[in-house]
Order: sequence, then C-alpha cells, then structure tokens
Amino acid sequence: MGDTLSYFRQDMLPHIWCPGCGHGTATGALVRAIDRLHLDKNKVCIVSGIGCSSRAVGYLDFDTLHTAHGRALAFATGIKLARPELKVIVMTGDGDCTAIGGNHFIHAARRNIGITTIVMNNNIYGMTSGQYSPMTPKGFFGTTAPYGNVERNFDLCELAKSAGATYVARATSYHVPLLIDLIEKALLNPGFSVVEALVQCPTYMGRKNKIGGPVEMLNWIKEGTVNVKAAAALPPEKLKDKILIGELYNKQEGEYTADYDALIARVQRKYDKFQGGLYGCASNSD
Amino acid sequence: MSKTTAKLMQGNEACTIGALAAGLEFYGGYPITPSTEIAEICAEELPKVGGKFIQMEDEIGSIAACIGASLAGKKAMTATSGPGFSLMQECIGYAALTEVPIVIINVQRMGPSTGMPTSLGQGDLMQARWGTHGDHPVIALAPGNVKECFELTLRAFDLAETYRVPVIVLSDEVIGHMREKVVLPDPSEIHPLRRAAPATRAGYKPYAADPDGGVPLMAPFGEGYRWHVTGLFHDESGKPTNKGEIADTLLRRLARKVDKNADILADCFSESLDDCDVAVISFGSSAMSALSAVRRARAEGVKAGMLRLRTVWPFPEAIVDKVASRVKRVIVPEMNLGQLALEVERVVGCRAPVTRIGKVNGELFHPDEIYASIMENK
Repeated sequence: MGDTLSYFRQDMLPHIWCPGCGHGTATGALVRAIDRLHLDKNKVCIVSGIGCSSRAVGYLDFDTLHTAHGRALAFATGIKLARPELKVIVMTGDGDCTAIGGNHFIHAARRNIGITTIVMNNNIYGMTSGQYSPMTPKGFFGTTAPYGNVERNFDLCELAKSAGATYVARATSYHVPLLIDLIEKALLNPGFSVVEALVQCPTYMGRKNKIGGPVEMLNWIKEGTVNVKAAAALPPEKLKDKILIGELYNKQEGEYTADYDALIARVQRKYDKFQGGLYGCASNSD
Repeated sequence: MSKTTAKLMQGNEACTIGALAAGLEFYGGYPITPSTEIAEICAEELPKVGGKFIQMEDEIGSIAACIGASLAGKKAMTATSGPGFSLMQECIGYAALTEVPIVIINVQRMGPSTGMPTSLGQGDLMQARWGTHGDHPVIALAPGNVKECFELTLRAFDLAETYRVPVIVLSDEVIGHMREKVVLPDPSEIHPLRRAAPATRAGYKPYAADPDGGVPLMAPFGEGYRWHVTGLFHDESGKPTNKGEIADTLLRRLARKVDKNADILADCFSESLDDCDVAVISFGSSAMSALSAVRRARAEGVKAGMLRLRTVWPFPEAIVDKVASRVKRVIVPEMNLGQLALEVERVVGCRAPVTRIGKVNGELFHPDEIYASIMENK
C-alpha cells in the first residue's frame, strides 16, 4: 500500500462533503484500487458530472475533468476515443448518472467503451438539499417527495447489464474491502465497467427518512444488502427487499476504441495507395 | 510548384475539407438536416487519416465528446442545425469558461422548434452569440459561398486554438447544399496552427494569464500535467472558487480575449461601398441575392453598395460604423425577423434610416425583393 494521500491534491483540501458522508469512503476505495494496480498517475484521467459525488475529482491528483450535469460519460467518451491508451474513470452520482445522464449511461454501456464508472448512490440529490432521485426507493421521503416517493427506482446494475456493460458490480461504504476489490477488477476490464457504491447521506437521506446519523445509516446499508455468493444459498423469503452486492456480471467482449482502431487499420490497408492529402475526399455526396 | 485542385462541391463538403485541411482529428455528431453530409464525409474520411468519428446519442453528447477529445489534444469538431444547436448551448458555455478550443458548424434551417427542416433560415444569429447562459466569449463566422465554407472552417480552427474559444461556423441550408466550383489551394501552402504545450509540468497553472485578454497555454490530458478542469469559476490553478473578485477577473479576461482582437477578427466582403448612398448589409445566402440586387441597381445608376459580414461575432462594429458615417440609407435583408438588423441599428444609430427586410418563409430571397427596397426613396 502506497501513500494514499499522495493521490490527492492537498491544496484542494479540505473537501466540501458533510460530516459522515459516504463519498469520501468511495473516493478512498477508488484511490486504493488505483494504488494496488500501480497505475501511472499521468495516464489516468478522471471525469465527473455535477453533484456532491462529482466534486471528488477536484481533490484527486490526475488529469481531472468536472463537467456539466449528467454529461461525464459523454466527455469521457471523447477522451477515451481520442486517446485509448489512457485509463478513463468516471465518478458520478445517482441523479447525475441515472436521471439527467441516463441516456449517455446506456449508450456508453452499449458501446462497451473502456471507461470505469463508479456510481456513488446515496439515493437522493444531496447538492440541492434532498430531492428524490431515480434511485430513491418507492415510499421514501425527499424534499420533493413530502408525502413519500410515488415513483419506482432503477436497479442500476440490471440497467447496466442489459444496456451492454461487460463488468457490473455493487458494494457499499460499509463493505469497504469488497468495494476496493470490485473497483480493482472493474479497472482491469477492458470494456465498460460499472461499480455501484451504495453510500450514506446522513444529512438528507438519513434525516428525511428518520434513518439516523452516519452509523445508523451504515447499519441500514448493511442490513439491506446480501452478498451475491451468500444469496445463492438463501431461500427467496430471506432475499425479499435485499440488495445484492458483489460481482454481478463479468463477460469479455470487444472494447469499442480497440475495435475502432482495428477499423482504422483495415481502412488504411484498403487505402494503402490513398494519397490522403487534404483533398482526397471521396466526395460521397456527389 | 504550387498545385491547386479544382472541384465541384457542396458547401457542407467544403466545410469538411476545410476542417480536414485544418488537421481535424475528431468528429462527434448526431444526424440532423441540413448538416448531415458533414458527418457522413467525416465518417468516411477520418479513419483514412487515423482520425476518429463517433455518432453520439444526441447533440449534447456530441459537443461533450468533442470537448473531451480537445482536452486530450485533438482538433475536434461537430456539426448540427437549429434543434441540435439548441441542445449544445450548455456545453458551448462550458467550453467558453474552461477555454477548450472546438469548432461547431451550424447549418441553419428554418426554426424555431422542428420548423421546416429542409428550408432556409438564418434565425440562429443571436443564438450563436447569446445562446448559452451567462456572459461568455464566442466567435462566429458566416460563409457566403462554397469556397468560403472551406476558407472559414479552416480559419475557425486557427481562431479556436489562438483564443481558446468555441468557434461557430454559421452556415445555412442554401450555402450548405449549394454546389459551386471551388479552386482549393495547394495543401503545402496551408499551415494550420498546432497547439503548443506549456513548457513546464511542475507548478503548471492552467489559467494563469494576463488579465487583459491573455490566453494561457493548454496542456493535453495524459502528458503529466495533471490539471483540473471545471465549469465552476476557478482561479489560476483551476481550483473552484466562490470569490467574487476572482470570478470578475476571469470573466473579464475571457471577454477581452475576443473584444480586444475585434479588428483582427473582423472580416467582410464589400463591393461599391466607397461612394454608395444605399448600403445593403447582410450575411450568408441572403447576401448572395443582395449582391445581385446591388449590381442591378448600380447598372441603373443608383449608388448602391454591398457589405457582407464574414465574421458575425464579434460584430464588426468599426466597419459598419464607417459605412454608417457616410450613407443615406441602410438595408438589412436576412432570413429572420430582424436579428442582424438589431446590431446594425445599434451601430448606425440616428445617422441613417435602417430598413429591415426579414423573411421567414424558408425561401431564398429573390434579388427583386431587395432591388425593390433599394429603389424605394432612392
């Protein structure tokens, strides 16, 4: 284990997160996974959107890009396609990723582009003070769900899998060693990887739903989850309303930027006499 | 020995060739009439030169991917039309504040909304300047013929790199789809700007620059600079800030980057302006009809002159001011209900009456329509 602090921009600290927030735990897990893999800091690029979790990138000592709300994966797609040799990581939240950014999420997954996406799911919009998100369970409260949330929530991992992600996993801020392991594996997957990190928001989710402070919320997360391996041996009634954690999907398929590079090689072979030049256009519009 | 190439081509094709001549390496876009040929040609040509084309899920993703690619050190472009241009607005502001060079071609069609997708419009002039929220610098160039599609797209890339701003090529349906013979210069005579990287990595301050419109050098991602880019207001090191003083300094520097270079950026075509009584000021395809009308009036002894703006933003105030100081009347034909006219009226003031000829039926001006206006009260 290297010096974890060396991965942080210490001049950007202290962070803005509330006491007891789970985003620091998830950020720490990412840094530890990067450290275990000995990734070259100069070849890692971390991209985020808007929201509490997306502020993480500013604290990290890599090339970092804090983009527009919901658009992290679209910016990251441009970076990865432009320079496939970079390790591109997206840090995003439940609102950023599944509401305003939902379209980019499913299409990044469909392309199987080599981006590792860490979704910090605290089940609520924290930055704007506690509105319900597409990940707020039905019946839970938020400032815009004062009588309880009427909407159903996504199962993010099922969504990622059906949209085409090739590595899908879930852990929590309670299960930190597991979270580090899963992020490490996700970083090793050449294609599109999603790790959902369930994290506590004591300030809004905890208070609005009378779950309690950070400790009570961590216990709430612990009680609500079952490891996928343990779940295999449990009867259905014991799994009712439980969220599965662990590695949920892992399948190797062609990665988008590698496939595009292969396309370039194929086109360039075909056009080996292509004088290219500036005006060699095939004029397909004639 | 100089080797020029003569080709019959469409405006959209000429824009794409101009972009490739500028060293285009990345195109992210979404299909939309009447700009789609640009995407199609990029999809075919970019892999041949090792470049990348991606069809994104929407126009928001398209411009976002271009900004990402530009940060990764590539020359990046997208092309769209009205509805897509509307979707891109938030990220145009993002590129302006974070100072990421990108080129956006907007082949204008008849709006608002879905409007008449295959018909001519010029209603995005003000949107090109003020479409995104907040004050921000932007440069917009308007080609008036097919050759200029090539030339201005080529220039757009250089300007984007020079000033680190989003540059908009404001084409339109007629210019984009019209075919003309174009003589392209010898490729060896084209010297597009290449982005210079900052000398030192240690202590790199990505936004340290002269407050009077200075442009800092930009480091590519993945080369060890390890810098932070954010759409929040930020200090010289890129660190987010809520300090009003720093925000004020930053926003004024961004505005000055373009404003103080307005004379360099100004670019117009003029004919018969020096002794004219009636000046016709226009841009894009409307100006083609206008020039025909001006020539006819001249042939009939009426002192008419033509000013066609090739740079529309920043608005070439000094040039319009000079015209306004000596003419008796100004006519502004445009395919909208009076957007260019607002700027012209602002500069002309009370010195001469400004006649607006706004047209919103999707059909190119017939020269007679503008000729008739010139001949009124001549």
